[in-house]
Amino acid sequence: MKFSEQWLREFVNPSLTTQQLIDQLTMAGLEVDGVEPVAASFSQVVVAEVLETFPHPDADKLTVCRVNAGDQEVQIVCGAANVRPGIKVPMAKVGAKLDDFKIKKAKLRGVESNGMLCSERELGLSDNHEGLMELPLDAPVGLDMRSFLQLDDVIIDLDLTPNRSDCLGMLGLARETGVINGLDVKPLTVLPVPATHDQTFGVSLAAGAACPRFVGRVITGIRLDAETPLWMKEKLRRCDIRSIDPVVDVTNYVMMELGQPMHAYYLDRLQGEIRVRTATADDQVTLLDGQQISLQPDTLLITDASGPIGIAGIMGGLGTSVTDETTNIFLESAFFAPTAIAGRARTYGMNTDASHRFERGVDWQGQARAIERATALLIDICGGEPGPTVETLDPATLPVSQQVKLRASRIERLLGVKIADPEVDKMLGRLGFENQRQVYEGTSLWTVTAPSFRFDIAIEADLIEEVSRIYGYNNLPVRTPRVNLTMAPVAEDRLAVNRIKDQLVSLGYQETITYSFVDPKLQAILDPANPPIALANPISAEMGVMRTTLWSGLLKALMYNTNRQQSRIRLFETGLRFLQAANQPNLALENITQEAMLAGVACGPRLPENWAQKSQNIDFFDIKADVEAIIGLTGLTDEFSFKAAEITALHPGQCAAIYRNGQRVGHVGLMDPRVQQALGLDQAVYLFELKLALLRPKRLPHAAPLSRFPEVRRDIAIIVDNQVHAAEIYACVIQAADETFRNLKLFDVYQGKGIDPNRKSIALGLTFQHVSRTLTDEEISVSVSQIITALESQLAASLRN
Amino acid sequence: MLMSDLEKITAQAIAAIETAGDSAALDQVRVQYLGKKGELTDLLKALGKLPAEDRPTAGAEINVAKQVVQDLLNRRKLVLDNDAIAARLASEVVDVTLPGRGVDVGGLHPVTMVLQRIEGFFRSVGYEVVEGPEIEDDYHNFEALNIPQHHPARAMHDTFYFNPNLLLRTHTSPVQVRTMENRKPPFRIICPGRVYRVDSDLTHTPMFHQIEGLLIDRTSSFADLKGTIAEFLQVFFEKELEVRFRPSYFPFTEPSAEVDVQCVHCVGKGCRVCSNTGWLEVMGAGMVHPSVLEMSGIDSEEFSGFAFGMGPDRLAMLRYGVDDLRLYFDNDLRFLKQFN
Repeated sequence: MKFSEQWLREFVNPSLTTQQLIDQLTMAGLEVDGVEPVAASFSQVVVAEVLETFPHPDADKLTVCRVNAGDQEVQIVCGAANVRPGIKVPMAKVGAKLDDFKIKKAKLRGVESNGMLCSERELGLSDNHEGLMELPLDAPVGLDMRSFLQLDDVIIDLDLTPNRSDCLGMLGLARETGVINGLDVKPLTVLPVPATHDQTFGVSLAAGAACPRFVGRVITGIRLDAETPLWMKEKLRRCDIRSIDPVVDVTNYVMMELGQPMHAYYLDRLQGEIRVRTATADDQVTLLDGQQISLQPDTLLITDASGPIGIAGIMGGLGTSVTDETTNIFLESAFFAPTAIAGRARTYGMNTDASHRFERGVDWQGQARAIERATALLIDICGGEPGPTVETLDPATLPVSQQVKLRASRIERLLGVKIADPEVDKMLGRLGFENQRQVYEGTSLWTVTAPSFRFDIAIEADLIEEVSRIYGYNNLPVRTPRVNLTMAPVAEDRLAVNRIKDQLVSLGYQETITYSFVDPKLQAILDPANPPIALANPISAEMGVMRTTLWSGLLKALMYNTNRQQSRIRLFETGLRFLQAANQPNLALENITQEAMLAGVACGPRLPENWAQKSQNIDFFDIKADVEAIIGLTGLTDEFSFKAAEITALHPGQCAAIYRNGQRVGHVGLMDPRVQQALGLDQAVYLFELKLALLRPKRLPHAAPLSRFPEVRRDIAIIVDNQVHAAEIYACVIQAADETFRNLKLFDVYQGKGIDPNRKSIALGLTFQHVSRTLTDEEISVSVSQIITALESQLAASLRN
Repeated sequence: MLMSDLEKITAQAIAAIETAGDSAALDQVRVQYLGKKGELTDLLKALGKLPAEDRPTAGAEINVAKQVVQDLLNRRKLVLDNDAIAARLASEVVDVTLPGRGVDVGGLHPVTMVLQRIEGFFRSVGYEVVEGPEIEDDYHNFEALNIPQHHPARAMHDTFYFNPNLLLRTHTSPVQVRTMENRKPPFRIICPGRVYRVDSDLTHTPMFHQIEGLLIDRTSSFADLKGTIAEFLQVFFEKELEVRFRPSYFPFTEPSAEVDVQCVHCVGKGCRVCSNTGWLEVMGAGMVHPSVLEMSGIDSEEFSGFAFGMGPDRLAMLRYGVDDLRLYFDNDLRFLKQFN
């Protein structure tokens, strides 16, 4: 909300500079978002009267004027269309400065001009540049414009939190400022305006608590061609409200002053009576701004015999709005309950000054006062005859002033400080809270009644907040919490995710954080089997669905970097993927798996470019080694196995499914060249993705005794069919070996010259050791030949000579 | 005859030692003169041919000569060994300024760095790290936090929806709710994670991070909250910075506060980073609203607690001088590597 500092100071005027006032408001929880001057910086601009005008001899659009500037009469050449004798306008004298623009004596098309007549825009008052700013005819000629318009003022922009609707009017703001400074607020006396006739308009309330009070008044014979007084226009302008006509201006003025939104109807166009009710299925309304709206059933409406004529508390309808021809109006000053208004404007894509106030809460006892204030102002400006003020009331559904208990002991407990009872008395009093103090169960107890303008006081904590706010948050003590020092258990058989991250960092990977919502097209290429969960209101189509694999974000990041001349890339990410359970079309939390994953992508040379080795691109076994390095952190590598598998988006011959004790942990492999092409990547990309939960179980180390006897290694080379997997050889060796076998190293794979093209040579290093003695050559030979026999019989291996 | 031989042989031996170019040549010299059949050894063996009365003197002289030769040999060997090792070392010189061979180290994302740092501080005083789902239901993201349907505070959370009841969490507070539902107080938790809001411009990304803390105990007060936050901000920025608390409003805390810290760049003087205010808004905090406690089954008479929440992305910006939030999610290696 924007407001004028001067206007606030009319009600309460603490001896503070503007900056101090702003700081004070901010520190009281009324955050000041910005401050701006109410006009451009200008000097030597005065009220002047145009005495005579002559057409310019050489220019059609220019007028030569004789102007009375108070201390002198001058000739000015003016280009505005509305210049005419008798009007009063701002005049910049020779020597005046408008921002950085200096007014000098000049000749315009040969005619001397000694100053400039100004538009509103030229004075930085508004964007209006249609003509000269016309001042009231009683404006004193020669008076400096700054003092005439009281421009030594600033516009303060407040960012009010939703609980402080009571500060959405100048009087509320003044009350708050008074409380903070311990100052009394100058009261605004509003006297009832007596009716001069007895015309009324019927109102009935049919929405219960949504609208328990509706105050209305007929005013006849107003003159809408009257001009809103400059002082009112200026105040409204400084509150960021545009002047429209006297009726709208007055209702807006009262809203800004008292916080009560109002509406004026074109009385002659109202039919039957006004009825406040909630919308039904077929209701429609055309609003003031011309938009036609089909109303939703939870919307509160103002209707007459013709149907809806406005959305209550949000915006009036076009058909019954005040126009140039209006002379008779019906004024509305109603209380609409916050719950009946909240959120509705937003569902129609609107946010009006009225809805902003009603949904946060408007003083439910302020309606009559507002209508009297508006009547007085209106009659002052455009005449008219007021009818009686009629209040339509549903007392049963009117809000009730709640009584809230406040214990001194609770204040001390929650704020950590004892505040003396009389202090609390004073704070509550200044806030307008009726209260009574007594002693109950050994502590002072206040019974507090919140004023009708406060909608945020329902429980004790609400009052403690008020006390702490007025006491000053920064005056409250600072304490280090005293808690029981219990040690947090740390499971040593669980691998920390940070440890995994560190491992990947050591391997040269860079951690990334990518958006959880991704491009559905990319998602479909990478994981067509899992339809992703789609957002109803994505920020863009490219961020429309939740990732089912971390690859969708990682590959986007990879491409971002390849497009920027990066060739060697290693990226990883941890985070959730989102899967909807198959056969569960109902999208609900229990049907969604949100699974923590670890994924990586890699491409380019194995090592950073260097002088020592020729550059070589990574292959499957590099990325597999990275995955094995992570698996190795568990200390339980034996539980993991890699199996050739068909995996979407991966090369069918270069990818593996990874299992842990039979459970699928994830996969690793080369990107399918077709996918690579579809993504427009010009180099091979390797990927892995693992379920973090399945990586976490870790071995709690347990030391075994060391043998004091030597290890013996025997190397053999066998020839097997190309289809035989290393894993089969490992399994066969381990199964065939006796208890002296310690270790198998597969140290060479050879295909080519000298070998049947359908077969390959595999070199195995076998290590043997006995726990309690040195093995003899014969014993080792027996062990080795057992293994060879098994390889021969089970895998059709032959020993290579 | 013998004695003149001795002088001659000794002189030859000394000359040979001096000219021996390496330890092999030197060893030959040793064999030639002092070996079993060496020339000086032979002289000793020939003593028997001398008259008995001359033998002691001659023997002594030969032994002196042998000792002289042996000493010279030793000395020469030392010189030659030193030369040899020096030559080897000289031949093995490498350019130590050439880069090492191998993988260059990667790095963590700056937001992770800040999160780990923050988690570390709170872990050290007994907070436990808890995580939760990112797709949430309306109840845990709003209702249970005292934000019913149509509450104006919902307008402050521009929410991504899947359907009217299912959404992307707009804050990490639902993790606190889930913890309160499932555990008996007292407890202290810290909840880091991704959060989402429909907002994308210069200073907002539709996904960002939060880390929220919650302490529920029998005696916790606003004073404890102030102490905890002030201490945290000091250790995080490693600077003595003034901290101020401003009344604010969150539906799930009361009293609620915005926390400002003195600008880390200008220490309060006013600069571009703090828009010349001297202060940086870094956190929201407050005492947990009794209704929130009650909704999660905690007796608000017996227990009270405080909660606070902050944006690690912004803290990382302040800590590391990042000036554009969007850089975090572009994942440009040239950006990320600056944090390695």
